[in-house]
Amino acid sequence: MRPFDYERATDAADAVARAASRPEAVFLAGGTNLVDHLKLGLVEPELLVDISHLPLAAIEQEPDGTLDIGANVRNADLAAHPAVRRSHPLLSRALLSGASGQLRNLATTGGNLLQRTRCVYFQDVTTPCNKRSPGSGCSALGGHTEQHAIFGASQQCIAVHPSDMAVALAALDAQVSLLGPEGVTSMPVTELHRLPGDSPERDTVLDRGQLITGVRIPPPPAGARHTYRKVRERSSFAFALISLAAEMVVEDGVIASARLALGGVAHKPWRARRAEEVLHGAPAITETFTAAAKAELEQARPLEGNAFKVPMARAMIVAALKELAVETT
Amino acid sequence: MESRLALTVDGEEHTIEVDTRTTLLDALRDRIGATAPKKGCDHGQCGSCTVIEDGRRVTTCLSLAVAHDGASIVTASGLSDGDLGLHPMQQAFIEQDAFQCGYCTPGQICSAIGMLAEIADGSPSFVTEDLADPPTLTDAEIRERLSGNLCRCGAYVNILAAVRQATQHSDKGAA
Ligand SMILES: Cc1cc2nc3c(=O)[nH]c(=O)nc-3n(C[C@H](O)[C@H](O)[C@H](O)COP(=O)(O)OP(=O)(O)OC[C@H]3O[C@@H](n4cnc5c(N)ncnc54)[C@H](O)[C@@H]3O)c2cc1C
Ligand code: SF4
Ligand code: FES
Ligand code: FES
Repeated sequence: MRPFDYERATDAADAVARAASRPEAVFLAGGTNLVDHLKLGLVEPELLVDISHLPLAAIEQEPDGTLDIGANVRNADLAAHPAVRRSHPLLSRALLSGASGQLRNLATTGGNLLQRTRCVYFQDVTTPCNKRSPGSGCSALGGHTEQHAIFGASQQCIAVHPSDMAVALAALDAQVSLLGPEGVTSMPVTELHRLPGDSPERDTVLDRGQLITGVRIPPPPAGARHTYRKVRERSSFAFALISLAAEMVVEDGVIASARLALGGVAHKPWRARRAEEVLHGAPAITETFTAAAKAELEQARPLEGNAFKVPMARAMIVAALKELAVETT
Repeated sequence: MESRLALTVDGEEHTIEVDTRTTLLDALRDRIGATAPKKGCDHGQCGSCTVIEDGRRVTTCLSLAVAHDGASIVTASGLSDGDLGLHPMQQAFIEQDAFQCGYCTPGQICSAIGMLAEIADGSPSFVTEDLADPPTLTDAEIRERLSGNLCRCGAYVNILAAVRQATQHSDKGAA
């Protein structure tokens, strides 16, 4: 591991200023991804700006029901928060499906969003990888692709984003609040991560030194039902092969609204807009759900090793929507 | 870069000077001599390095020591209070034969104690049926909540029995 300097930031503005002071500075939050990458030699920063002690650890509910979540809120605390469990149980469930109890006590909201792919070649410095070292090639293409993308991949990179939380946030139209050298901005979570294209080294649209200060989630529509499903190689403590966050409102047998996002299928949490288009205003019956899944999966471009993800995603979407369509009394 | 930090470990205060690259696990084991937390994988994947930091169970291999300056840490060695004997969780592990080689055990015990505190706080898990209700201590809940602790000897069945036994003594208090 290359030596680095360590500085503890005193507030968000101080963190941004410190990060801007050195070209190879990175933020340190819970460390559960970054420290792993330091050990593996994937990143070699010269300065770590520790943001884990900044007072960005509150969850507040605004009068209209919007949840304002600080970037330093630990995954365990976000999952257990009464307002999250009440209004957005799919977010709790997504968080609780990720990592382990001990890791969720460390991992933060900001760090979870910005965790990097678990592509085995990316994590192994002895193999070529365009994400880790641009232009070196992609070892996954022609290698093991079981974990890789079926949507939006490029010839340069077929990696997927591994976060469960981000999938739920994408379905919930959450906004990311940012502070950078240019000031305060915000953007939808669905626009934070990018597709690999010709520059897979960039996971997100963030500029260097931009700090995530929090995440805002608008209130759910009245009568919404939710689910979070995750398929993995063992029943606990494993990343998703595929996951699905879904929310639906059914009124008098008709779908009033539906929001769906898939995980484990693309370089970003995959908001299933085509499926949503089919669902809106249609009768809440199996034929509709099947048509919605089909519409979404028509865009899939699977590889030999991950072709199983297409029928798996289709079955998952249909099963989840059936679950949500059951009228509650 | 060297950095100075203070840690309270099993009730004793330590001030140490470490390279910024030192993990909390290495600082505990190699600098302070607290060798109860074990280095299994060093990548967050096995739980053998679990301790209780400021009341919460955490892994220590993916934390930098400098970032935990000022923390108060209880390792499996610090659970038993001399005269009072072993912590009920430790006693239960012995009585239920919940280990073979013992390498994962200090992490299992810290994790189990932290896990029971989380249940007492009403925190749900992935297998909690209804997130609106406080969780109940089923075997499925215990298994799911301890999935971050691997045991290569496969002592899981008896670990479950030990955790069950310890919950019967929970009036004696956690760490
Ligand atoms: C064994 C293991 C299993 C796991 N399983 C799962 C799983 O099943 N599902 C899942 O979703 N995740 C899983 N994870 C990943 C885990 O969720 C992430 O490691 C964690 O959420 C990262 O958060 P952190 O606070 O520790 O981030 P850090 O490691 O501190 O940071 C991660 C990255 O984000 C940047 N960063 C952090 N905070 C900010 C901020 N506020 N603003 C700007 N940049 C920031 C850092 O510079 C760094 O690049 C697993 C991890 C491990 C080790
Ligand atoms: S899929 Fe992306 S991350 Fe994986 S080896 Fe190819 S370029 Fe690297
Ligand atoms: S050594 Fe820390 S989790 Fe394995
Ligand atoms: S007792 Fe040997 S690893 Fe668990």
